[in-house]
Amino acid sequence: MSLNSADPPAGPVMPLSLAAVGRTVTFARAEGGVGLIRRLAEMGLTPGEPIRVLHRGPGPFIIMVRGSRLVLGRGMVQRILVRPG
Amino acid sequence: MKDRRPRSMTVALAGNPNSGKTTIFNALTGGRAHVGNYPGVTVELKAGWTRRGDKSIQLVDLPGTYSLTAYSAEEVVARNFILDEKPDVVIDILDCSNLERNLYLAVQMMELGAPLVLAFNMSDLAEAAGQKIDVEMLSGLLGVPIVPTVAHKGQGIEQLMAAAAAVAADPDQAVGRQRLPTYGRELEPEVARLAAMVPDRCRQAGRDRWVAVKLLEDDTEAVNRLHPLMPAAELAELLGAAEQSRRHIHSVCGDAAEIILADRRYGFISGACQETVRTTVESRHALSDRIDAVVTNRFLGLPLFLILTLLVFQVTFWLGRPLSGYLEKGKDLLAGQVWQLWPRGSDSLLGSLLADGLIKGVGAVLVFVPIIFLLFLAIALLEDSGYMARAAFVMDRLMHKIGLHGRSFIPMLIGFGCSVPGILATRTLESRRDRLTTMLVLPLFSCGARLPVYVLIIAAFFPRRTLFSLFGVADVTNQALLLMSMYLIGIALALAAAKLLRSTLFRGEVSSFVMELPPYRLPTLRGALIHTWERGWMFLRKAGTVILGAVIVLWALTSFPRPPTDPADQATRDQADRQYLAAAAKIDREAGLSGRGSAFAEARLQLAQARRRHWPDSQAFGAARLDYERRVRGLAQDSDRFARFLAAFEAAGTDDVEEGFGAAGLRPAAGAMLEAEGRRREQLQDMESGRARRKLEYSVMGRMGKAVEPAMRPCGFDWKISTALLAALSAKEVFVGQMGVIYALGRVEDDTGELEQRLQRDYTPLQGFCIMLFCLISLPCIPTLVATWRESGSVKWALGQLVGLTLLAWGVTAVVYQVGRALGLGTGLPA
Repeated sequence: MSLNSADPPAGPVMPLSLAAVGRTVTFARAEGGVGLIRRLAEMGLTPGEPIRVLHRGPGPFIIMVRGSRLVLGRGMVQRILVRPG
Repeated sequence: MKDRRPRSMTVALAGNPNSGKTTIFNALTGGRAHVGNYPGVTVELKAGWTRRGDKSIQLVDLPGTYSLTAYSAEEVVARNFILDEKPDVVIDILDCSNLERNLYLAVQMMELGAPLVLAFNMSDLAEAAGQKIDVEMLSGLLGVPIVPTVAHKGQGIEQLMAAAAAVAADPDQAVGRQRLPTYGRELEPEVARLAAMVPDRCRQAGRDRWVAVKLLEDDTEAVNRLHPLMPAAELAELLGAAEQSRRHIHSVCGDAAEIILADRRYGFISGACQETVRTTVESRHALSDRIDAVVTNRFLGLPLFLILTLLVFQVTFWLGRPLSGYLEKGKDLLAGQVWQLWPRGSDSLLGSLLADGLIKGVGAVLVFVPIIFLLFLAIALLEDSGYMARAAFVMDRLMHKIGLHGRSFIPMLIGFGCSVPGILATRTLESRRDRLTTMLVLPLFSCGARLPVYVLIIAAFFPRRTLFSLFGVADVTNQALLLMSMYLIGIALALAAAKLLRSTLFRGEVSSFVMELPPYRLPTLRGALIHTWERGWMFLRKAGTVILGAVIVLWALTSFPRPPTDPADQATRDQADRQYLAAAAKIDREAGLSGRGSAFAEARLQLAQARRRHWPDSQAFGAARLDYERRVRGLAQDSDRFARFLAAFEAAGTDDVEEGFGAAGLRPAAGAMLEAEGRRREQLQDMESGRARRKLEYSVMGRMGKAVEPAMRPCGFDWKISTALLAALSAKEVFVGQMGVIYALGRVEDDTGELEQRLQRDYTPLQGFCIMLFCLISLPCIPTLVATWRESGSVKWALGQLVGLTLLAWGVTAVVYQVGRALGLGTGLPA
């Protein structure tokens, strides 16, 4: 799917909403508008970047990426695709 | 904004939100800032001045942003300021504990070609958490001077300014030293190709590469800037080439160009940090994580937040009430002093405008300043500690149900203090739909100014009853529950209205929600006070301008036209005097005072008349008083019997009526005399009150109240309540004062006891409840409407808010009144 040399080997992707608390997953891509994807990239969510899930529940998630804590709304975690490990 | 004297320089402060930018700004300027809106948008640019040696330095606090793309208005403002105003140096403030993300903005500044100095703020915290930064090496890798600072302790500030001055001295060299990221072999050729096509003007400014990168990022704002610089045909060609490059990059790299660019920038940052920053990420976040485990806990989060909110309100009112009480007294004192400039009983227009209009009107609002400032202080402390972001997180799930997200809750919380700063606080919301929705429903969060209305009505109609005891500590009364119900009804209606707006006018997906949770920090009092002042000042400014104007208009509406003097008034006065003298003559005869009783009554009458015409400490009144005392002493000297009567009369007026005063036989006579005097005073008061009421009825406001009465009848309101509600447009608490005037209680606002009795006599508890309900929902005050107008950028939203809330109030109140009446709830007039 991706020819970008910086990408980790392509594996199965899943929505971030399925990742368990405490797990570290790898950001693959986000589905959504240009503005949203750009914003996420600026906040440090670029392909191949590890994400740790700090909190998950019925509402928003808290993740740790590049040393900062981000709150992601419920709708957003479903549109962020990650690879396990 | 610009001042280009040789001895001055302009320094722009940039940085992520929560990086301590404001603290550095305050440290440099001493907190004295001039806040102005950037033309066209409601993003604030703060400017302040400082001196270093013989140089005067203008500091501009750019809005806190994560990046310099055109994602939000803040980012556009920050970027355009650097591009257009060309500050001599840009200081980018970074939070050391979050270096990589903070460096992203710095790299964008470097791409922009800004003369840059980096402040590594909160370096002490980072160091304490086991983070070691080789500042010198990192500075070399980036080609940018770096100064470690601890802003809240003032450390490193001087070094920072020295480094800034050095860069400003030779900006070209400083920019030349900067090391820019390379974008990799797929992107670099595209960047070079586009850079060759940009207009010469950009190349001369050293911005050709930046423009090329922006074109790859499909930045419409940057494209707009190109329009005036090149012919349309060339621009179209350039845009076509850019589109081609973007497609090419997407096919080769598998991601959009802007993602690859962000990735490369982060790669550049990671590379630089790898060599220079040694850190144990785990230890660095240990404390914040432990607090978050509790605060954002699924089950504890919401209750904790509610308890904290309750605590904030409790403390605010507990501390603020007494302060408001002092202001209230001061206001009445001042109004009284102003009236003393005119002879007593004067109906001077100027006196009325100054005392009844300006001082009472503006004062009524200013009285709430302590409570509002305390609330803002509490909120500033919560914000600075990092908790507010968690509160937004905790509230997100609930807010989601009405189509908003957690961040909207913070303006709403502020709205409990005063709607105006609450509306201004909606600026933190990124989506316009969210902003407008939050703004429009915000007045439903019961603000501090509505409290006096509730207090009056509840005290008048709902006698205090203890319902049950809470753990034997506090009694829960029906009054407390009623008060709380007003707040809860407001919240429920606001949520319903927001839901309605989001599914009609502002339909669309719930905006995506990304928010940073800053690490917890101990807030500084100084910082919190500056925040409090900034928010409070907005309120004061509104009070000083809009409310002032509104108060004058309302005063005029309630004062004009003035009714003709009623000859009946003089007749009433004469008749009251005659009746009193007749009663005195009768007592005189019965008690055997042989004419002295009548002479005494005449002396007292004259004293009373003098009191009506002159102020108590005037010379004229002093003379009248002396004359009275001389006459009474003369009467007492002539007759022992009268002396005893006088003693009994004076004693009867006080509480300690002693048996065996030696005047046993004369006490009934003294009592009767006192009673006759009281009767006369009451008659005169009724007449005065009638006059004030006639004045209001005759005025434009009274006529308006009468005109809307038929429309208000379904809500259970007569013209009196309607008039007071209309007057409450200027500020909610005016309602209480206006009811006082309508009930012709003269100037007795400090004692609402009598007003309560009159209300009880005329209205049912159901009507009382409806008054509270209407006050809660309807008629956002004029300052609120103005704030909505200014913040939404369109008068139509303010008008929509006015009409919508008034209709909602009318509907809800009418339903409650009609249903309540049909069920026979609270309809009995108390005996």
